[in-house]
Amino acid sequence: MQAFTLLTSLVAPLDRANVDTDAIIPKQFLKSIKRAGFGPYLFDEWRYLDRGEPDMDCTHRLLNKDFVLNKPQYKGSEILLTRENFGCGSSREHAPWALADFGFRAIIAPSFADIFYNNCFKNGLLPIPLATEVVDSLFNELTEGYTLTVDLNTQKIITPNNREISFDVDENRKYRLLNGLDDIGLSLQHTDKIRGYEAERAKRAPWLFVDY
Amino acid sequence: MSGKTLYDKLWEDHVVYTEDDGSSLIYIDRHLVHEVTSPQAFEGLRLAGRKPWRPSRNLAVADHNVPTTDRDKGIADPVARLQVDTLDKNCIEFGITEFTMADARQGIVHVIGPEQGATLPGMTVVCGDSHTSTHGASGALAFGIGTSEVEHVLATQCLIQKKAKNLLIHLNGQTRSGVTAKDIVLAIIGKIGTAGGNGYTIEFVGEAIRALSMEGRMTVCNMAIEAGARAGLIAVDEVTIDYYRNRPYSPKGSDWFMAERLWQRLHSDDNAVFDKVIGIDATAIKPQVTWGTSPELVVAVDETIPDPEAESDLTKRQGMVRALEYMGLKAGQAITDIAVDKVFIGSCTNSRIEDLRAAAQVAKGKKIAGNIKLALVVPGSGLVKEQAESEGLDKVFREAGFEWREPGCSMCLAMNADRLEEGERCASTSNRNFEGRQGYGGRTHLVSPAMAAAAAIAGHFVDVTAINLT
Ligand code: SF4
Repeated sequence: MQAFTLLTSLVAPLDRANVDTDAIIPKQFLKSIKRAGFGPYLFDEWRYLDRGEPDMDCTHRLLNKDFVLNKPQYKGSEILLTRENFGCGSSREHAPWALADFGFRAIIAPSFADIFYNNCFKNGLLPIPLATEVVDSLFNELTEGYTLTVDLNTQKIITPNNREISFDVDENRKYRLLNGLDDIGLSLQHTDKIRGYEAERAKRAPWLFVDY
Repeated sequence: MSGKTLYDKLWEDHVVYTEDDGSSLIYIDRHLVHEVTSPQAFEGLRLAGRKPWRPSRNLAVADHNVPTTDRDKGIADPVARLQVDTLDKNCIEFGITEFTMADARQGIVHVIGPEQGATLPGMTVVCGDSHTSTHGASGALAFGIGTSEVEHVLATQCLIQKKAKNLLIHLNGQTRSGVTAKDIVLAIIGKIGTAGGNGYTIEFVGEAIRALSMEGRMTVCNMAIEAGARAGLIAVDEVTIDYYRNRPYSPKGSDWFMAERLWQRLHSDDNAVFDKVIGIDATAIKPQVTWGTSPELVVAVDETIPDPEAESDLTKRQGMVRALEYMGLKAGQAITDIAVDKVFIGSCTNSRIEDLRAAAQVAKGKKIAGNIKLALVVPGSGLVKEQAESEGLDKVFREAGFEWREPGCSMCLAMNADRLEEGERCASTSNRNFEGRQGYGGRTHLVSPAMAAAAAIAGHFVDVTAINLT
């Protein structure tokens, strides 16, 4: 998993509440056997004027020019600024997969749906819940070329006029993100213990270590 | 000092280390893999440049999507075909043994595991499938996991878990003749509810459990998940040990004797303390039929459909009303008055040789009723199919008007072509009667194999224990 330490990036404003996982990645894409490659279909029904299908080549599709992510000034944004209850709906891990694959690294909103929030951390995405007034103020001051710096280490967001906004994140999750450790990476830090366990178990139950 | 439960013993045997917050890294002895929940996990490995920790501890099979007819023609549905092809490719790339569609050993993942001796007493067994609880019948700690965890097991041979609580379900007395494992577990779920086992590992004990074959024990543990528990357990005894003797993946030579000795201790200590104990009178259990859209909505075949008005809990009452509406049934209707359109004998709950024998015994020399549009028998594996054919069971079924199919999940979840049409009613030996489970708008009644066969012959539900089978 990609580590998250310090990020300075353009911010894309998605001014909608209750954005559900079906909007983030519509259900026809769940038939896919992949975890990568969902980026082109992120917010498919909002981004395009035609209906998306799995494995479709999106380069020639009809873009909805009014949708925020299609506007040239937000191209390359790695921070998504949005409204409350982001990521509600189903538990599909495809939603954070699509956001990350598209290029987002952090999402700022007043609140997130529970399962989605958890799933983000498993996929290198930092969800940042901030008070509604603070989110309002960011929406208000956002103009063309607006960037934010997110410092996970100090748990601060720095605005272009040097305002510092603190945010909360669970210690355990912070540690994993800072070090780019997914659960697998973390467990693999205990490789010696796993090998030790196997050696000891092989004495008690040798048949588990023989391939018949 | 109080003794240990079987679950305590299995847990302690597999802890690699425990964190301060109580979560543990536990070692996984056997990982079963199927086509639906594994592709993203393999993709994740590939993206991270990781390899499976111990490829030989994984065993893969395609079961959910495979057709049950015309296997030689391949899979018609392109989405299903891609998932199965992807599993084949991933297994080759990562060096994992797979029983492919052409292999006689192919079948439902939870049938082939024990059949091959790939899931053994004392093991931890996981699979990206909730019915992994089935394997607990052999005194193994077995439970279902999600796609991220599938990847975690592939990469580390371990999982991060918190220990569950201990629930003991004690079946008092012996069941009456003709009452099967399926009836026992449905009666348990009817009593404790689908959330009754939440947060627990259930151990099933008592005379009625000891009297079950391994196949029957698997049926009981299979549905532990339907009672809300991720894992169900049955202690090892002679039945268990006899079952595993000489299976292809069972321990050989001196290992076998060592294993046998170790497995003998796989039971709860006499003075073990459980967080909760529930007693069930086994002598009172009759053949069960579900009438709603949750396995807990179940009654005995000689009963009538309960009246929601008599239910004091508002949420439950509303659930019953909704279920009756979906099922097209009315309170007070006798179960034996319910006519069925289709019959499905199969699934990881009831597709083993003993299940097919029980159904064949009922069907022998009879014909399915005129109102039955389709009666399917889908063996759990290629080997079950071979065994059944060597006993002539396929002929019995065919002569009675049943279709005899290739192994797979089939109409248990209708991911392949076998399904219910809207409004059709099915007597099914599977484990879930959820809305739309067997096809959009389909109505499922869960029963035992003998009860399903009897419903096929009569055209409606009948008490199979009241029929003279000789
Ligand atoms: S038979 Fe049904 S319950 Fe069992 S693994 Fe297949 S789909 Fe799942």
